[in-house]
Amino acid sequence: MLEKNERLLEVKGLKKHFPVTKGIRRRVSGYVKAVDGISLFIRKRETLGLVGESGCGKTTAGRTMLRLIEPTEGKIWFKTSEEQRVELTKLDKKQIKSLRKEMRMIFQDPYTSLDPRATIMEIVSEPLKVHKLARRRDLEQRVRTLLESVGLKAQYMRRYPHEFSGGQRQRIGIARALASNPRLIIADEPVSALDVSVQAQVLNLLKDLQGEFNLTYLFIAHDLSVVRHISDRIAVMYLGKIVEVGETEEVYQRPRHPYSEALLSAVPVVDPDRKAKRILLKGDVPSPINSPPGCHFHPRCQYAERVCSQEEPSLKDIGNEHYVACHFNGSLALKATT
Amino acid sequence: MKLRKGTNVIEAEKGKGYLQLVWRKFKRSKTAIGGGIAIVIISILSFFSPFFSPYDYLDYQPRQSFRPPQRIHFFDHKGKFHWRPFIYNLKLEMDPETYSRIYEEDTSWRFPIRFLVKGWEYNLFGISSNLHFFGVEEGGTIHLFGTDIYGRDLLGRIFLGGRVSLSIALFGAIVTVIIGSIMGAVSGYFSGRVDMVIQRAIEIIQSFPQLPLWMALSAALPKTWSSLDIFVAMIVIFSLLNWPLLAREVRGKVLSYREQDFIMAIKEMGGSDARIIFKHLLPNCLSHIMVVLTLSIPELILMESVLSFLGLGIQPPMVSWGVLLQRAQNIQTLGQHPWITLPGFFIIITVLGFNFLGDGLRDAADPYSVRRT
Repeated sequence: MLEKNERLLEVKGLKKHFPVTKGIRRRVSGYVKAVDGISLFIRKRETLGLVGESGCGKTTAGRTMLRLIEPTEGKIWFKTSEEQRVELTKLDKKQIKSLRKEMRMIFQDPYTSLDPRATIMEIVSEPLKVHKLARRRDLEQRVRTLLESVGLKAQYMRRYPHEFSGGQRQRIGIARALASNPRLIIADEPVSALDVSVQAQVLNLLKDLQGEFNLTYLFIAHDLSVVRHISDRIAVMYLGKIVEVGETEEVYQRPRHPYSEALLSAVPVVDPDRKAKRILLKGDVPSPINSPPGCHFHPRCQYAERVCSQEEPSLKDIGNEHYVACHFNGSLALKATT
Repeated sequence: MKLRKGTNVIEAEKGKGYLQLVWRKFKRSKTAIGGGIAIVIISILSFFSPFFSPYDYLDYQPRQSFRPPQRIHFFDHKGKFHWRPFIYNLKLEMDPETYSRIYEEDTSWRFPIRFLVKGWEYNLFGISSNLHFFGVEEGGTIHLFGTDIYGRDLLGRIFLGGRVSLSIALFGAIVTVIIGSIMGAVSGYFSGRVDMVIQRAIEIIQSFPQLPLWMALSAALPKTWSSLDIFVAMIVIFSLLNWPLLAREVRGKVLSYREQDFIMAIKEMGGSDARIIFKHLLPNCLSHIMVVLTLSIPELILMESVLSFLGLGIQPPMVSWGVLLQRAQNIQTLGQHPWITLPGFFIIITVLGFNFLGDGLRDAADPYSVRRT
């Protein structure tokens, strides 16, 4: 029970299915199962990395967890600042709105996530205005402090987004997220649109801010080297399901799921003397409307057996805080990166 | 620059905001600036019309009926130059051959034009005054645009008419913009059934031929209504029939902005739909809204003039440019006293002015489309 109290966010059986309509009568012909039953938790002051390739449902998962998109099924628990564990799907509009200041999001595209007609001051102070967290005359000072804490000069307040570079815009987005003193920040691929050198700066900033403001991060990304740098634990997603969860180094060094193994082998290695042994998965990612029966990954898995096409594996605890969804967890000798 | 304790000495820099960028581009277009100046001048003349009218426009002077415009002279009949422009009185003469009445200049006495003179009393927005921009001393007349059938100074009546014509157009355009932009934004943002209903309404309204519809609605106004009621009713009719155009454009823009991250960001922080529409979507549609505003105004001026000219719409004793032109319907009157078409000249200048202004604005708006970071 002590462990449960430490969990800031917990998700169980979260599903989001988008109906596909056909014809004039708009009858439903199928569902895009973007998120197909995921369960995870994030501890206070922890960073959980959520990785997977494009289209696996990680962005949808992040937005569904905040109820920006309404979940089809599942439960979401959040520990509020009053130390109350609330279940988000049961809250009404007013309660959700009040919680929104504690769970914030950083968006992926720095070029479309800021209102082009608003000044930086207006953008960053907006959460304060929405939740009435500061008086009008204090707004400027608050924004000044926020900008300084993300490494931007306060005199930029009256400028417009188009006058800044991508990295600076992301910092503005981070300042906006910090404005309401959140406990949880869901960072949806915050560095994917930036140059590599700028990526490092923003990542370091995020790490510093985590220590400074006691933040908890859900870090969604598809770049594994980035995720390794910042996450305490990682969860690997494939086709709407979580296939492996564990502490970062544990997963990177001892992956237990064939998909994780393949993903990790694809990470570029900096050492020119080391030959990269890439595992090439056969086939393409199937459509989320028609996911394969049994284990979703089995058509591309080099270790697949008959049972894999018949039964869907559930996430099993294999000790050491490591969970895998594979029928052969533990028995496969999977290669790893170091 | 006051230095408050603790303030950063380097004052926060002002960014090159949207309006500054638009203004810079706008300044380059000479026709747009010209149009703007013309409008400003006419607006001032209309707004302060009593100040600029040497004669009371209600002044019923049948003996001064249909006097032609008097010319401003700098040279007198002897060829001598005078610094101060002056006026000759008109005297009624009879042509010895045709026995028709003609007006001749009475060169026996010069009436210099004086500025800031005292004249008839008027009340302008609560301030009483008898100061007028120009005038001549007792005994002289100064009808720069001539007089109408009742001997009333046409210049003053044109300026007075300008008030009504311009304000109907302005208010009509403002109400149009308000209704149009809100309906367009709501339609685009909420989609679904709301969108469908609004779109059908737009299509129905737009499928009517404009002029017959204007005429029918104006003709339906009871003649017993007071001038003010008719004035307000005209504004309502105009905006009801004009909002669909803007609504469509705003809806298009809203549809394109709706899916962008910065809108999701407002939702994510807990912002309401109203906040999204009014603080984020509509300000981003400002370029379209501004252009439609400035192009609606000339359209409404023309419409009002047409309707009043035909006897619908504004009725005498309220004066508008269209009402003034009613007299010009009679060919005989028109032939003998061509100066009564002068209100038409003002209509043309105003409409052209707004059109040039609107064109210039449309070219200058959306400066972000040129800029790319």
